[in-house]
Amino acid sequence: METKTVATRHAPVRYLEGGSGEPLVFLHGAGGMTAGDPILAALAERFRVFAPFLPGYGETEECGELRDMLDFTLHTADVVEALGLRDPILVGHSMGGMIAAEMAALAPNDVSRLALIAPAGLWLDDHPIPDMFTLLPYELPAYLFHDPEAGAKLMTSGLKLDDPEFLKAYLVRNARQLGMAGKVLFPIPERGLAGRLYRVKARTVIVWGESDKMIPPVYGPAFAKAIAGARLVTVPEAGHLVIVENPAAVVEAIESVAR
Amino acid sequence: MKFTWFNLMPWPYLPDDFREKNRSVWVDIDQRLFDPVKSHEVYNTYMDLLEYADTLGFDGIGVNEHHQNGYGIMPSPNIIAAGLARRTKNAALVVLGNSIALYNPPVRVAEEFAMLDCISGGRLVAGFPVGTSMDTNFCYGQIPALTREKYAEAHELIIRAWTERDPFAFNGRYNKLRHVNIWPRPIQQPHPPVHIPGGGSVETYDFCIDNTYSYSYLSFSGYIRAKALMQGYWDRVAERNTPDASPYRAGFAQTICVAETDEEAERLYSKHVNYFYNRCLHVYPGFADAPGYRTIKTIQTGALSQYAPPRGGYTQLTWKDLVEGGHVIAGSPETVRQRMEELIKNLNVGNIFCLMHVGDMPADKCMYSSRLFAEKVMPKLRGMLPECEGDERFWCHPLPKRATSGTLPAEYQPARVPEHA
Repeated sequence: METKTVATRHAPVRYLEGGSGEPLVFLHGAGGMTAGDPILAALAERFRVFAPFLPGYGETEECGELRDMLDFTLHTADVVEALGLRDPILVGHSMGGMIAAEMAALAPNDVSRLALIAPAGLWLDDHPIPDMFTLLPYELPAYLFHDPEAGAKLMTSGLKLDDPEFLKAYLVRNARQLGMAGKVLFPIPERGLAGRLYRVKARTVIVWGESDKMIPPVYGPAFAKAIAGARLVTVPEAGHLVIVENPAAVVEAIESVAR
Repeated sequence: MKFTWFNLMPWPYLPDDFREKNRSVWVDIDQRLFDPVKSHEVYNTYMDLLEYADTLGFDGIGVNEHHQNGYGIMPSPNIIAAGLARRTKNAALVVLGNSIALYNPPVRVAEEFAMLDCISGGRLVAGFPVGTSMDTNFCYGQIPALTREKYAEAHELIIRAWTERDPFAFNGRYNKLRHVNIWPRPIQQPHPPVHIPGGGSVETYDFCIDNTYSYSYLSFSGYIRAKALMQGYWDRVAERNTPDASPYRAGFAQTICVAETDEEAERLYSKHVNYFYNRCLHVYPGFADAPGYRTIKTIQTGALSQYAPPRGGYTQLTWKDLVEGGHVIAGSPETVRQRMEELIKNLNVGNIFCLMHVGDMPADKCMYSSRLFAEKVMPKLRGMLPECEGDERFWCHPLPKRATSGTLPAEYQPARVPEHA
């Protein structure tokens, strides 16, 4: 994947680009994204992938002007426009799924193919989503992975947690990224999407890891019910980071709406 | 010097195994540990102690705001202050403060503070904290990365509501009000003095300097550890070419325990100090700092949360550690005087928030310690800032002649109309 920059009204946005095929935009989750993420490599085998960093993430500067869900949605639509793409396959994971769903609801004629992977955005009183903003780093793997031990190894590989300079940079990045995410996810990751999903016209697939403990799989049917004709794909032995634990299954699901 | 007697109002019945059985004293503390019937005594005793401090000659009595918190049963400090306004005579009512980003709309704070100022005859000192992440974000649901912007808007709205004499429209991002016109307004002009609790961010230093507000560092870790942070403030005061570096531009909270001798202080108070530092500060680290609550600049300067316990936790700190490390200033009046002098000189602070009630300290011991401080320590510290004598910019200006509560005249007697036969 190549790292590039595209100008938008709000900030110069860094994005990753690679692969060949039909254009596909991938929107990352609250945890962020790196060029080495397995989902990007897997998607790049079939599609021309564009994966923008939300302001505050990666090397994209923070943007104080982006405050609420509408700001996030329109900014991301601006990015798609600035990339010169028309009606790309729109894919979002978790927070990125929430943004993708909003884009499809707001401009239903601009989005004809949509893949939501364990998206945020709905709230069921009987199935409260854990408060990710109180979780300590060592607690995260249990919420994110089907196999927390393997997940913990993945998350900490390459981290020099004994190095104070590294730790400071890590804290700053974390505050910047999750501070931004908090604008649409804190304290409850719901901003009225349920009332707008009826507008979505896209052919839609919803993908959920069967062992998701961050946003429980019960949210899958809730999304599927709210979007006309949406298909729900459940992936066994995968958690919230199904894009890490089984990228092939995610790509297969996306291919089902691509044509 | 201005000495304010402060009570955090801790719940005094946290069990011995609180730390082992509970993850946090704050935010998700076990409801069942609060006993409303017992709280009746607790509240009244705590308010009696604040009133007692007024009779001892403290310059102020202080209250603050916390939510869902086992060491502060005062979600509304204004309710406590209203009671104190009626039952005290001279002390400033230091409400430190109202977390103004939480009120919707914040004119509520302008109104309630105005009421307190009017009822007390101009004795209000108003505090405007951003609020801790526990209170503001986790208990009251404010979005961390937007909290400061909302705070700044609330501040602007309150000051305008206090100072403008004609109704005005306020088209804010978080508050849209067509007719702002508070009734009543405060006695003190242009408005009551403002103190801002801060935790080391440059933005807050500048905010205080720009508005002539007093910067308060409300820490539990004592004056020795506070040196770097307060020096940061004074460096900033110098950098910004502030007209003066009056010590009244700053305040500091310090736990203080006085007895006849150092040994007696340990014997009387170590249990209660241990209760506070061991049980009351047991905050789950996941609540300490919601991402986005602190600015990137502040994190980069390394100002870490005071709620993050020292390595190894407070449990391992003995009375000796706490006293020698300056968390607590304790001992005979002479010992306490020496250490208070050190504090005042090293931090250059004119406002001291004296945490005289500690943890589960019973009223009689608290009165003993407070009286010794007022009689044997305070008078010796009074003359420490001769060069700033008369700097009253950061303190309240009460009416010279104030109403006495509870003094109604005799009831009206209708004139007897003679009956005609």
